[in-house]
Amino acid sequence: MRLARRVTIIIPLLLGACSYQHYQSDFGNAAVEDSQFLTLFTIFLVVCGVMYLLVIGFLFLGIGRSGRAVEANVVETGRHHQSHPLMRTTLIGWTALIGIGLAALAIASFFADRSMAKAAANPKLSIKLTANQWWWDVQYNSDDPSKTMRTSNELHLPVGIPARITLVSNDVIHSFWVPSLAGKEDLIPGRQNDITLVPKRIGVFRGPCAEFCGVQHAHMALVVVVESYPDFIKWWDHQLQPAPQPTTPLALAGYKYVTTAQCSACHNIGGTPASGTVGPDLTHLASRKSLAAGTMPMSEGNLYGWVEDAQSLKPGVKMPTLAMDPDQLHAVVAYLETLK
Amino acid sequence: MTDIRADSFDAMPARDRERERVEAENRRLAEEREAIARDGPKLKGEALAARLDAAWRRPPGIIGWLATVDHKEIGRRYMLTALGFLVLGGIMALVMRLQLAKPDSNLIGAERYNQLFSMHGSTMMFLFAVPVMEGVAVYIIPLMLGTRSTAFPRLNAFSYFMYLFGGLMLWIAFVLNMAPDVGWFEYTPLSGPQYSPGKHTDIWAQMVTYTEVAALAAAVVLVCTILKARAPGMTLARMPLFAWAMLVEGIMIIFAMPAVAVVTTVLLIPDRLVGTQFFNAAEGGDALLFQHMFWFFGHPEVYIIFLPATGFVSVIVETFCRRPVFAHPVVVLALISTGILSFGLWVHHMFATGLPRVGYSFFTAASMSVSIPTGLQIFCWLATMWDGRPRFQVPMLYVVGFILTFVIGGLTGVILAAVPLDLQLHDTYFVVAHLHYVLIGGSVFPLLGIFAYWFPKITGRMMDERLGKIGFWLVFIGFHMTFLPMHWSGMLGMPRRVYTYPAGLGLELPNLISTVGSFVLAFGVVLFVVNGLFSLYRGAIAGPNPWGAAGLEWATSSPPPVYNFEHIPVVESSTPLWDIEGELPVVTGLRVDEKEILLTTVVAATPDLREPVPEPSLWPFIAACAVGLVFAASIFSPWAVPFGLIPCGIALTAWFWPKEIKRHPEPVIS
Repeated sequence: MRLARRVTIIIPLLLGACSYQHYQSDFGNAAVEDSQFLTLFTIFLVVCGVMYLLVIGFLFLGIGRSGRAVEANVVETGRHHQSHPLMRTTLIGWTALIGIGLAALAIASFFADRSMAKAAANPKLSIKLTANQWWWDVQYNSDDPSKTMRTSNELHLPVGIPARITLVSNDVIHSFWVPSLAGKEDLIPGRQNDITLVPKRIGVFRGPCAEFCGVQHAHMALVVVVESYPDFIKWWDHQLQPAPQPTTPLALAGYKYVTTAQCSACHNIGGTPASGTVGPDLTHLASRKSLAAGTMPMSEGNLYGWVEDAQSLKPGVKMPTLAMDPDQLHAVVAYLETLK
Repeated sequence: MTDIRADSFDAMPARDRERERVEAENRRLAEEREAIARDGPKLKGEALAARLDAAWRRPPGIIGWLATVDHKEIGRRYMLTALGFLVLGGIMALVMRLQLAKPDSNLIGAERYNQLFSMHGSTMMFLFAVPVMEGVAVYIIPLMLGTRSTAFPRLNAFSYFMYLFGGLMLWIAFVLNMAPDVGWFEYTPLSGPQYSPGKHTDIWAQMVTYTEVAALAAAVVLVCTILKARAPGMTLARMPLFAWAMLVEGIMIIFAMPAVAVVTTVLLIPDRLVGTQFFNAAEGGDALLFQHMFWFFGHPEVYIIFLPATGFVSVIVETFCRRPVFAHPVVVLALISTGILSFGLWVHHMFATGLPRVGYSFFTAASMSVSIPTGLQIFCWLATMWDGRPRFQVPMLYVVGFILTFVIGGLTGVILAAVPLDLQLHDTYFVVAHLHYVLIGGSVFPLLGIFAYWFPKITGRMMDERLGKIGFWLVFIGFHMTFLPMHWSGMLGMPRRVYTYPAGLGLELPNLISTVGSFVLAFGVVLFVVNGLFSLYRGAIAGPNPWGAAGLEWATSSPPPVYNFEHIPVVESSTPLWDIEGELPVVTGLRVDEKEILLTTVVAATPDLREPVPEPSLWPFIAACAVGLVFAASIFSPWAVPFGLIPCGIALTAWFWPKEIKRHPEPVIS
């Protein structure tokens, strides 16, 4: 038993040894679900490995049996219907072995499934995740309506607290998947799925969309921040705040452009006239870790690039490349950077 | 008994007259029967060959080429066309690997990449894997069964042209930048009218329909041939395992393919063309309906590709181990149970869609249980090698490569069958690795082996052994170099169908290795093709049976004459050429002035009927053109269907027009 436990720890570690910080990896082991996955995967790997060794052992022993000169084109007349007397018994034994192995694996799989469901019982947090081509709309629900809050492309979860995420889609089928935390669940138009996660390690993780959803499927990632409960509450309270007023003249010019030009038709910025819902919410854009649904890290340079020519950075994205003069561009970026 | 009625006195002479008339007629028929040329003791050797050749040879020239109903010619075309598509699909794969060689690459861009992976999947599944298996079978099955033609040879010709037109349409669309770009699976609503404007998706949907019609036609031809045209004495128990595999495959095609033809042509195209709402959730449709119907076809499809390959392996193992495959009935039962089980697994492609958990357990159990019959087959091959004395020529090397590779794919399949594991691994590169281990390791390796094996039968020349061995090692090493690291990149969180991936996730190294490996693999395949072309002209002359094999296909010359066999052989065991010293026993009495084959009973293969074989005809080609035109035009307008029915009707009527009503001098049914 102790050996088995040791194996279940060592093999994933070996496999995951060079997987960087498990930012986006099945070896992340950052939630109860993923730990269960790693244990079960190891059990399967060991059983399947043994079966494979048996097959290749039989193959190479059979090939390498000595005393059989290879004489081409000689049929052993009258003998070629005989087989080794033990072969029938071995066949029955082999069938039984496969049957037992499969039954054991199926039972292990079933119990892992049950235990995941048990760990995820009694969720304490309710989040609605809506997928769009190619970004994520995140809504935190609360019994107190004034605490309900929307953001996009970034999900914050408190460590150790089961969170139920309701999954819906606005257009095509997408799939929610944060490898370091848990398996995937599809977001299907006209249906509502849900998944419950119990994060157990603080960190930042990445969740790429896992169902092909169109041209920019490759650039549709969700950043997941697992943090301590106080940090999480602090973050939530901050997200409830409207966007800060611009203070510098440049940022003010940017504010005017954003709220009067095309931007406001699609984007919402809390506390301003910009209230579109077609595109991601920008209220606290600059406080996020990534830009354009995980396409690039948040930085001034990337903001410049994105605002100036989104189409060349994420071809096919719904955000158009606007004809802006350099002054407008400076102003808009300066304003966006204030949206902490 | 005395007739006492008065008029009976008069009837006596009338009855005599009638009897005389009947007797005269019978004498005349007997003379006519005598006059019919048949193969047999009186007619054999060169005289017989000349008569048969005259009866079976097709007219020369382009018309004859289009009109041919010779299964060998059609089978060759099928194989060559499918290999052409393999090369095209492979080139797409190489371009994709170049794009993925480094992170954040922008070599070909998202749109082109999405077209490439859609084309790669569609080409490999619909235009290569299924047709190539059918092509090999159409060529070899009649030879293997000891008959002169397939059943329904015109349907066979029609099938090839449908397949060719479907492939051409897809690739012409690709050149015109109208290729499908939402995958080989085309899930709704992404493939629906709202999210896939243009004609990309419709091209895909109709290409599927062409190839499905072709596959269904070929499956009917093969199933009927296998059940009814076997040589006398070849009972089901003595039937070669490849014929068993093709029988099960054909029946699977007949049950599985209609599902995808319906979901594309009957549901998806109307959604896109005439405003039906089958898949539109906003109007009460259901997006998941597509997935259920697609995978109800899609999972059996995998076994439709794999079962013929197991037949290849059985054939090669038997010949190169010099003994029949161990436990023949077990292998047959394994084939049949795999075929049945494969229809109960489709939901394992949909574990992430949120269907009820209890249902998932059923599909987990069913998916895992497929490994029992497959495990049994593998045991039987290994036991045959253990008992026999394997010779490691190129075909056998591919079998060993197959076992080493396919078993890994099967075991990762067991891993993927478990719901908690699948939810992490689904739609990642782990699955890409798994499916290529199963499809390349499980089907393409045996296919390359069987090409090397049957090459001398088809061309009359041997493939070069040394070049073949180098090719094998390149293919084997290149394959594992390409796909083994993909398990890795999948577990490191790389989803499928992404045109690029960010740096810093640990994905750089496995992807680079995969790219290098893919070129090694491609080089191996090129070497195989070069070997084939070279050997076609320079290879050693093979003779009828270069491998010393036991099957009937080796009882005739290489390449076989147009009529396959001078006399229909009689079979007394499952390995006829090993068990009979000297000449095979034969049945005689088939006509040689007209094309005729012998039909036998389904189970015991006792002679049953003599069946006339249709003459070459242009109508299958014209019918394929008409049907193809309807399919292509219905991409653009629904009116193509009613108006297109007219040319289709004309072509089919002409095809089936009774040419002559000649009273046969003898009943065809004996």
